Amino acid sequence: MKKLIKGNDAIAMAAIEAGCRFYYGYPITPQNDIPEYLAREFPKIGGTFLQAESEIGAINMILGSAAAGKRAMISSSGPGISLMQEGISYMSGSEIPAVIVNIQRSGPGLGGISPSQGDYFQATRGGGHGDYRTPVFAPSSVQEMYDLTFLAFDVADEYRNPVVVLADGMLGQMKEPLDLRHPPQRELPEKTWALTGCAGRKPQLLKSLYLGHRELDKHCWDLWKKYQRIISREIRFEEVETKDADLVVVAFGSAARISKTAVKDARKEGLKVGLFRPISLWPYPEQRLEELAKTAKAFLVVELNTGQMVEDVKMSVGKDKPIHFYGRPPGADALPMPIEILDQIREVYP
Amino acid sequence: MSQDKPAREPRLVNPRPRTLIDRPSHFCPGCHHGIIHRLVAEAIDYFNVRERAIGVASVGCSVFLYDFMDTDVLEAPHGRASAAATGMRRALPDKVIYTYQGDGDLAAIGTAEIIHTANRGETISVVFVNNTNYGMTGGQMAPTTLLGQKTTTTPYGRDFRRDGYPIRMAEMLATLEGVAFSARGAVNKPANVRRTRELIRRAFEVQLKGIGLGFVEVLSACPTDWGLKPLEAIKRVEEELIPYYPLGIFKDKKEADHL
Amino acid sequence: MHSREKMYSDVMMAGFGGQGILLIGNLLAEAALLEEYEVTYLPSYGVEMRGGTANCTVVISDTEIGSPQVSAPEVMLVMSQAAAERFEPNVKPNGLLIANSTLVEVGKFSRKDLEMVCLPFNKIATEMGNSRFANMVALGAYLGKRPLVKLESIGQVLKENLTGKKAEFIPMNMKAIEKGIELVSKSGG
Repeated sequence: MKKLIKGNDAIAMAAIEAGCRFYYGYPITPQNDIPEYLAREFPKIGGTFLQAESEIGAINMILGSAAAGKRAMISSSGPGISLMQEGISYMSGSEIPAVIVNIQRSGPGLGGISPSQGDYFQATRGGGHGDYRTPVFAPSSVQEMYDLTFLAFDVADEYRNPVVVLADGMLGQMKEPLDLRHPPQRELPEKTWALTGCAGRKPQLLKSLYLGHRELDKHCWDLWKKYQRIISREIRFEEVETKDADLVVVAFGSAARISKTAVKDARKEGLKVGLFRPISLWPYPEQRLEELAKTAKAFLVVELNTGQMVEDVKMSVGKDKPIHFYGRPPGADALPMPIEILDQIREVYP
Repeated sequence: MSQDKPAREPRLVNPRPRTLIDRPSHFCPGCHHGIIHRLVAEAIDYFNVRERAIGVASVGCSVFLYDFMDTDVLEAPHGRASAAATGMRRALPDKVIYTYQGDGDLAAIGTAEIIHTANRGETISVVFVNNTNYGMTGGQMAPTTLLGQKTTTTPYGRDFRRDGYPIRMAEMLATLEGVAFSARGAVNKPANVRRTRELIRRAFEVQLKGIGLGFVEVLSACPTDWGLKPLEAIKRVEEELIPYYPLGIFKDKKEADHL
Repeated sequence: MHSREKMYSDVMMAGFGGQGILLIGNLLAEAALLEEYEVTYLPSYGVEMRGGTANCTVVISDTEIGSPQVSAPEVMLVMSQAAAERFEPNVKPNGLLIANSTLVEVGKFSRKDLEMVCLPFNKIATEMGNSRFANMVALGAYLGKRPLVKLESIGQVLKENLTGKKAEFIPMNMKAIEKGIELVSKSGG
């Protein structure tokens, strides 16, 4: 049976369903529903909710619980996610899995609390210092807030890597029917690396410091190999009427959701328009876009920022086809309307 | 007659603790980390909790804890050891969690984390090594650097008008309700080593008894960055550090709080 | 699944915080879900806890909904003067504008293409015994004009949400909604 659920709550529910029992956080709009939900529900099921002194404290608490082999999640928004980058880098270097949820708000700086996609670069390029990657999943419905959070835990555990769920204020605050299904769970490797005390085995160490001769060199290449495995197995995307499309709109998350209506309206006008929606932002579905570039005549990238994912589209499509960009870094109450995107479609339609 | 007595096997009066890994120290000559490692290892052995213990190493020379302690160890980001230990503590309620942090790590970049970890009364043991400078990075000013002390970033000496005052962590943390035990020791002479051994043991004991956070600050020599010979460095601990950082117990709570 | 004609409907409700705008939007969305429609409910969220603007958009459809954000809603419900001024221009051509004439200067509306329903929701609710039910009278007016969901479904949702001591408010809520429906039916629609 479906229930009308708020996007943020769906993430919290997925975490519980996925067996996560450790959440540490710090208040920031527009993601507060997540900690509030878990602060209420965790005590009933033996989970640990702790409000940390800062996002820096919180991400390191996650690091501690995850190092002990537990499923742990943290959520925040732009400014808080910035403070967590140090911890995410350490977790990547030490191969400690956890789920990090970013309900994006506008930036830079304090910016505003309206929905935004301004953290695309931060999420997909590692975000912190050093040579690492984190898988990034971008939901565009309440159902996906649930499903992709669930998936994020599995992907994190399978590859021993932090995984980012990149949503925004619109998806966090909106309500939609949610099917509380239990998505299929993967068969996951045992966490033999976890620090639980050395009874019955040799002491173990989780670290990211490698000072020996060419040690770090090897470590980085080992991580790279892992990232290649992720690239080959974890790419996800959705396509709407792209087969015969002359113009392909490329958008993720909220922007894709709004674009979907514009694409359908354009079809009604007889324009051959499709929508390509990357769900995994890293690894990016560049190969599929490259294929689409063979049939489509032009692309229109729509983002709630001044142009970030468009760089990935350019890399995938190449220079032969025109790539247009419509960016809307929103202020308060200024999400783009479908009609505005439709206007863009009409304007750039080949 | 002595011939009647069986010959006594030679015996080490102070054998290496089980928890201390048998390997040559790579710390500088005269550095006190090795002694403090040993005291931590002795405390873990004393309570027989090696297989339940998980250390959280910090950034700086103290990170090398994992080369010497025969327990599980997690390496935390700079200053965040107590936050990571909090996550460990919550995830593993029956394990013994200890951090080992230097003065830059705990008293500068990690001040927020240690204060709130202490204030929450996390049942962990914190060993805080105060050598009045950033050792690994080459001897810069630490929050604990004494007034007038020359470091690479206070080449004319620390001046309170510019740099503020050396911070006394053990006294400060003693004021927090969540702290069960807070003390300061030194390892510059045998009597102080013995005393500090007791302090570290007590810092573990308050954890094991669930009373609260156990904190021990240990004054430590850093001959290399102080530009002193090991024996001179030991003398400096006695003559300059101890007068400003008095040794003693600032708090010792006998039982846990109850609602 | 229901077997109905292909259906799509959207409504925006706006006023100020404390008027219960988000509550009735949510109620409508829940009732639509109960009747197995696809539905999205998108609230505005602001930095103010009280007294700021509040609005929400509800889209009901029997197929997948694209944008929860609607360029030109077919129905607009405004409960305050500020909301009326801000959102009148947005209404879809020949759409429906429902205004709370207790707080909205109806004479200031300029659109000629719209169907107008102007009723003093606060006054009506006060006459019924409690001005706090103005939002429910307004929801009734909407349901009278756009009977997409059954009154029983609304009642069912109220029952699910108002439990324990709060259950005593259900009859009054229902009465206020019925009053709204009745008023727009009387006006001939």
